Amino acid sequence: MEISRLQSLRNAWFVFQKDVQQEFKTRYSVNAILLFAIVTLFAVSFSIGTFGASKEVKSALLWIILFFSSMSGLSHIFVREEEKHTSDTLKLICAPVSIFIGKLIFNFILLLLLEIITVPLFFAVMNFSVASTSIFLSVILLGSIGLSAGATMIAAIISKASAKGALFAVLSFPILLPVLVAGISGTKVAVIETSFLKAADELQMLFAYAVVVITAGLLLFDFVWNE
Amino acid sequence: MMMLHRIWQFALFIWIIIVIIAAFTWAPLAKGLGEYTRILYFHVPTAWLTVLSFLIGAIYSVIYLRKRDLKYDYYAEAASQLGIVFCILATVTGSVWAKVSWGSFWNWDPRETSIFILLLIYSAYFALRSAVEQEDRKATLAAVYSLFAFVTVPFFVFIVPRIYSSLHPDPLINPQGKINMDSKMLTTFLSSLFGFTVFFVWLLKSKMDLIKIRLNLKKLEK
Repeated sequence: MEISRLQSLRNAWFVFQKDVQQEFKTRYSVNAILLFAIVTLFAVSFSIGTFGASKEVKSALLWIILFFSSMSGLSHIFVREEEKHTSDTLKLICAPVSIFIGKLIFNFILLLLLEIITVPLFFAVMNFSVASTSIFLSVILLGSIGLSAGATMIAAIISKASAKGALFAVLSFPILLPVLVAGISGTKVAVIETSFLKAADELQMLFAYAVVVITAGLLLFDFVWNE
Repeated sequence: MMMLHRIWQFALFIWIIIVIIAAFTWAPLAKGLGEYTRILYFHVPTAWLTVLSFLIGAIYSVIYLRKRDLKYDYYAEAASQLGIVFCILATVTGSVWAKVSWGSFWNWDPRETSIFILLLIYSAYFALRSAVEQEDRKATLAAVYSLFAFVTVPFFVFIVPRIYSSLHPDPLINPQGKINMDSKMLTTFLSSLFGFTVFFVWLLKSKMDLIKIRLNLKKLEK
């Protein structure tokens, strides 16, 4: 039992490596998600100006930018397999659990990459600052885990349907909204408070959400993948 | 058999009429809320039925994924179709109530957000169904989506209103486990809840019978 679990984690790592290499060939997801984020960021900055909004509004804007950028790029991970007809081969090579974990890691890393570039830019362009860096970073990190987990599962669902692009946003919006709400509220706390415990509610909710969604994804992915 | 059906349908008809009359004339008004307490007897049952049909849809989705019989997928769809109707009714009645007691039709109170999320989930569910042609694939994807949505809904229904202060009165299950209602109000309220639930079960059963007939017809055609 222990060995097979280890094996499926190793396979997940191989799936992740495969996706990274494939991504480097075209750089489609990275380009799409980054350009989307940067264009949105500058549209927001241009329309409000540097001092035009309070910090509360800015923390909401930051999450809206992250949220909609992730919707533009995170679905590609499964759509690509369907479009290139490589999913059948992948099915033969490893178990659904490994594939789900591998793709989840890929989406998570992609989202982190997006945040490493967008968040400092947002701080610079919008003249944004937080009182507690530790709260802010934990909210962003836990939020990204939740976002990528939810988005990966929805991506698997829509890759089997037609009209994929529009459907991805429609299906993932209600599922991912808890992350958006808790993320915005957690960032607002990080702007004002310095004590870590003040954000306990939001962090607990983000953590619980990530756990629930990853578990549900692991249980349900099998049905979608072997459809 | 037919006669029996007629009798209880007629009884339900009378029951609901009595509930409506009682809600408008017999039940006393709650303190501080005035005339518009009366919407309580219609808003809460619709909200309850929205959640109930969501639950039934999820249960049939699980059964479908285990048994792979298309019948259960159609049942889940039927429950969701009723669910979206009651969801719209709950949203509209809730919005009217919010206007008279809080001053605006919509102010993103956590409860308003949660009913809106349910509405979005139902719409997304039907959008997904319409985007897949193949019957069994449609059934699987829709079942998985409704279960996936089902695990995230508790965050909105139970957790968000606990974290963010809500103006909404506590639903039936409040933290203290008490019901703060006058006995006449409670009687009207529970009868309304019962009447609406029976009405819902009847609607669902009719839809399920229709599905069975349709499937049998298909079998005969083959």
